[in-house]
Amino acid sequence: MIGMSIVKRKPLPGWVMLVIPVAAVFVTLLITSIPILIAGGNVFKAYGALFQGALGSKFNLLETFVKASPLILTGLAVAFAFRAKFWNIGAEGQLFAGAIMATWVGIYFTWLPGFLVLPVMIILGFLGGGLWATIPAFLKTKLKVDDVVTTLLLNYVIFHMMGALLFGPMQMPGSSWPRSASIMDAAFYPMLIARSRFHLGIIISFVAVLVIWFINNKTVFGYQSKGVGINLNAAKFGGINTNMVILKTAIISGGLAGLAGVGEVAAIHHHLMMDVSPGYGYTGIVIAMLGNLHPVGVALAAFFFSVISVGAQTMSRVAGIPIYIVGIIEGVALMTMLIFILLTEYKIRWTKS
Amino acid sequence: MEGRILEKQPVIEMRGVTKRFVDVIANDKVDLKLFPKEVVALLGENGAGKTTLMNVLFGYYNLDGGEMLINGESVTFSSPKDAINHGIAMIHQHFTLVQTQTVLENVMIGMEGSFFLNYKKAKDKLLAIEKEFGFQLDPDAIVWTLSIGEQQKLEILKALYRGAKILIMDEPTAVLAPTETIELFDTLRNLVKSGHSIIFISHHLQEVMDICDRVVVLRNGRRVAEATVSETTIPELASLMVGRELLERLDKGKSKTGDAVLEAKDLKVKNNRGITAVDGLSFVLREGEVLGVAGVSGNGQTELSEMLFGEIKPEEGEIFIYGKKIPGGSPAAVIAEGMARIPEDRIKTGLFMDLSVKENMILESHIKEPISKKGLINMKEIRIFADNCINSFSVKTDGMDIPVKSLSGGNLQKVILARELVGNPKLVVACQPTRGLDVGAMEYVHQAMLDQKVSGSGVLLISDDLDEIFLLSDRVIVMYEGKIMGEMSAEEADRDKIGLWMSGVIS
Repeated sequence: MIGMSIVKRKPLPGWVMLVIPVAAVFVTLLITSIPILIAGGNVFKAYGALFQGALGSKFNLLETFVKASPLILTGLAVAFAFRAKFWNIGAEGQLFAGAIMATWVGIYFTWLPGFLVLPVMIILGFLGGGLWATIPAFLKTKLKVDDVVTTLLLNYVIFHMMGALLFGPMQMPGSSWPRSASIMDAAFYPMLIARSRFHLGIIISFVAVLVIWFINNKTVFGYQSKGVGINLNAAKFGGINTNMVILKTAIISGGLAGLAGVGEVAAIHHHLMMDVSPGYGYTGIVIAMLGNLHPVGVALAAFFFSVISVGAQTMSRVAGIPIYIVGIIEGVALMTMLIFILLTEYKIRWTKS
Repeated sequence: MEGRILEKQPVIEMRGVTKRFVDVIANDKVDLKLFPKEVVALLGENGAGKTTLMNVLFGYYNLDGGEMLINGESVTFSSPKDAINHGIAMIHQHFTLVQTQTVLENVMIGMEGSFFLNYKKAKDKLLAIEKEFGFQLDPDAIVWTLSIGEQQKLEILKALYRGAKILIMDEPTAVLAPTETIELFDTLRNLVKSGHSIIFISHHLQEVMDICDRVVVLRNGRRVAEATVSETTIPELASLMVGRELLERLDKGKSKTGDAVLEAKDLKVKNNRGITAVDGLSFVLREGEVLGVAGVSGNGQTELSEMLFGEIKPEEGEIFIYGKKIPGGSPAAVIAEGMARIPEDRIKTGLFMDLSVKENMILESHIKEPISKKGLINMKEIRIFADNCINSFSVKTDGMDIPVKSLSGGNLQKVILARELVGNPKLVVACQPTRGLDVGAMEYVHQAMLDQKVSGSGVLLISDDLDEIFLLSDRVIVMYEGKIMGEMSAEEADRDKIGLWMSGVIS
């Protein structure tokens, strides 16, 4: 019989971590060619159409950026939290919190001077997501309640709170649907490239990547947050106020997800509705893992996911592959990446007995 | 117990058992016999090789030499399963119970037999065993609702359910309250009456006198003595345990003692099981001296160090550094007063194993200038600082950017020493600073402590290694059950007396 055991390997050089996501993407496309074949498609034609559809023209490329923007923000949100081992599965809910705040400002803050509307909306959207994330952070640090459970379940709480608002005080007058009135024009994210949807939010998400990179690598807080994630005992021993670090981490993480919600309202929908997010918060988890919790990795992973999701439309039309292949690719990408990460720390030893 | 029956065949006989780890001999040609209906104590200090010997007997480790006989038959165990099949059970200090399952379910684990569970049959069998040996555990009670003493009884029940005739008990009383210990001993006496044999690992001499028939003493991996309990005394056992070797004399260096650096007044704290671990402890440490805190581990040393390090808050009592009262439970406050801290567990509390050497070097200085300023870290200063640490303490590492986990144990400890001692602190508190280190690294740590003292610092050395205590200390205090049993100076150091104090006996 052949047995298998997993043994720890010696630390690998740093560059390996750069190669791994690329290799994971490659392996993923290899694996997902199997269902494409089963669906009766030509693999090269299908992938060709996929990338053509996402990157093949200026308009398509810009659309891919549009789609990547919320994914970058939720991916960063999750990655920043996971780095401190604050298991934030709640980016989806924090996105809703941000979207609600943005809508509130966009509809009711008509008394504000026009140039102040966007800054106020962005700040309140960030705070909305951030404060929503402090609830599980408090529960974790003060009462030792598991953060995976609380962050996840709070998604449903705020989803239904949003429903109550959209059927209640925030419902568009005269509508029978759960949707808000449209936000004022001053609250629209400006479009930065003509005849496209390339909006301010995309720039905000790129700036967020830089800011998170800066926090991680250049600030005392970034060092402390990483330390808390790697060894809570040692962090405490070193005099770090670990509860405060977790709380601040939660605010920044939730805030980033909140900004994704602001973007969806201010740039895409211009009003609030129940399906303001097609699961960006959950996809953010996959992206954070695929990006190995590194901000630049997150941006690239988000872009990859965006390519798949935008290009799948073309692939479906040209190669006749159902659009549901997107979900398969996303899932396989996550599994592949997790296995690759495992293999950087451990190796498999086959034994015969 | 009642008279031994020496003419009978031993149930266990270990002959010349030898066990080596990479460069250490943990057991060196050890002989051990266990007769039916006998309780044999395995006595020795920490690291004497007791647990290793029992792990060999229980099949965790392979023999490197010698042989084992069960009921006169030569055996080779390749896993604990083999030992269990020969009727041997080991009760560990840390229980192996499923906390959320019932007593019955825990007993049945691994004994299911077939696909279907027969709860009724198992319960009847369990109750019969409980009746025979006088246990009173509700089979349907959930484990986490049981007291520690009851959980230990459940471990014994598990062993009996599997038909064990030989029980190895690894420091069973270490986790128990005094009344629970009395109950445990009653249980053990019942077991012996019905034909079981027991190996009792301990370093509590009074307990050995109370429950055992015979004592086998291990020291540095060797069997150094054997005694019949009825013919020996606690002082004799104590001196057998700590040995009579000539004390190694290291040049301790000369220094003048000065002001009080660290003062503890009536410290009191409970451990995480709610038992008082440190019970009204006071001492004064002065500049230019090494104060050794001796004691068998588990007598409150860990909790004492955690209070001094600021990790836990004393329930009563005060800590002063240079006369300034330190708020309890704040590592940051202790760091701010300049205490160098060598923690007991360097991997769990001392280091970020996944971070680089340089990031570990700045653990305590990362909020201080010039390492950081206004919340921003200065990588150039970090590199200078880490480079200085690595060079001054000759840390063997492939640069400062590699993860600290790729360093050897001795070098991990050097990383901590470097970080803590590089600023030449006036106060050093070290808890088990050489545990698990090889001889070379050990000497390095010892010399670093003495250098600190000679340069005028006060050094508090908490250690369960008596040799280390004698080697370095100018004064020694001995902890037993959270209290100080006595104090003596290096000149009047008397191993026998200290051995007695460590066992809770004042003579």
